[in-house]
Amino acid sequence: MITASVVAAEGETTGFPSGFPLLPHPAEMIIGVIAFAILYWLYKTKVVPRLEELYEERAAAIEGGMQQAEQAQEEAKAALEQYTAQLAEARAEANSIRESAREQGAQIVAEMREQAQAEAARITESAKRQVEAERQQAVVQLRQEVGTLSTALASKIVGESLEDEVRQKGIVDRFLEELEAGEVRPEKIAPAGQDA
Amino acid sequence: MSPIVVSASWLPAVAPAAEGEGGFETPGVKDFWWPLVGGDSPWTLTRPGLVLLISVGLLAWFYVSATRKLTVVPSKNQFLVEGSYNFVRNTIGRDIIGSKDFLQFVPLLLTLFTLILVNNVFGIVPFIQFPTMSRVGIPIVLTLIVYITYHTVAIRRKHGVLPYFKSLIPPGLPGWLKPILFVLEFLTYFVIRPLTLALRLFGNMLAGHLMLLVFIVGGEYLLLHGGNLFLNFSGVLSFAFSIAMTFFELLIEFLQAFIFTLLAALYISDAVSEHH
Repeated sequence: MITASVVAAEGETTGFPSGFPLLPHPAEMIIGVIAFAILYWLYKTKVVPRLEELYEERAAAIEGGMQQAEQAQEEAKAALEQYTAQLAEARAEANSIRESAREQGAQIVAEMREQAQAEAARITESAKRQVEAERQQAVVQLRQEVGTLSTALASKIVGESLEDEVRQKGIVDRFLEELEAGEVRPEKIAPAGQDA
Repeated sequence: MSPIVVSASWLPAVAPAAEGEGGFETPGVKDFWWPLVGGDSPWTLTRPGLVLLISVGLLAWFYVSATRKLTVVPSKNQFLVEGSYNFVRNTIGRDIIGSKDFLQFVPLLLTLFTLILVNNVFGIVPFIQFPTMSRVGIPIVLTLIVYITYHTVAIRRKHGVLPYFKSLIPPGLPGWLKPILFVLEFLTYFVIRPLTLALRLFGNMLAGHLMLLVFIVGGEYLLLHGGNLFLNFSGVLSFAFSIAMTFFELLIEFLQAFIFTLLAALYISDAVSEHH
């Protein structure tokens, strides 16, 4: 060592080189090397590997957490998409149902109207028919009664029974037919003087 | 008061009486010479040597025990360990050397940083009060380790001594400039860098502690042997100033540990890089 040689050259035994006060002290340098070696060895074999292992663990934990979060987010996104799709589907379905209901309603209304019209027509028809039948009946009855009455009246006027003859010859009927055909004109029987 | 301060204050107190001149002996480098065991020889175990060994014991105990049971969620001790480790690993190591190669140098950087920091702070820790790095031999040892490391790495990375020397010259220079630049770069890498690295740490620690010594010893001298009230009061003022300087020293101590480790990382990153 430099210090040692200098000291030896000066022939001193002192540890402090008074001539060169800043020269390194050999014992301190040796201790310095030993101190560094011990600490470096401990750090290299124990402290740094342990801490690096911890770093890796922590990084893995954080990465894992992030991965989990990402997965959860993806799942949520998928669920949302599903719900949105379902909602849209339901909305469309409701729309179509409403539409068809409206159509059906309109159809029902039309059918009902038709039915009612048919019913009304039928009722009117039957009523007409009934009226007609009743009128026929009345006509027949009236004809009979008119015949009977007129023969009775004529019998009273003539003084003898014309009933059989009338019945035989169908006079009333013929008269009525002629009346209907417009061949016989009603004549005024009442006196003219009374009329004026 | 620490033993060193007491010892230093003895000298001027005794000296005037002995010499009869009433002079004040300013504290100097000799005050940092403190043999403990082995008498007065180059192989004496000195106080800084003992302090250095104590610091190693403390650091080893703290870091090994605190990292024995590491958990993903840190405890209090682990928080401290991780804080210092993070600082050295990421701020100094990874950011300067680069994320590719830095991991193998982390133990070296961590050793340098913690060892220098603790020994520097020992300068103001009561009863220890000796900055180990103010003894030039210890910074020289640490610098030598850094020096050997970065040259070895560079020679290995550049595949030989000659390619390493060639890589010192930046590419694309005119021919006549190359030798000049080579000399400059060679001096930088092989002389200036290690010299400044060791002397910066040593000088800062020596000067800082010497200044504290001057203020305390001088203040004590003024207070006890000032002779008049004004000088006695100046002594008190000197004491007060030494306390302020102590806090300033704390900053310097941290800064020097940081700078030493930072520069070591910088030199290694130079060696690791492909060009230059």
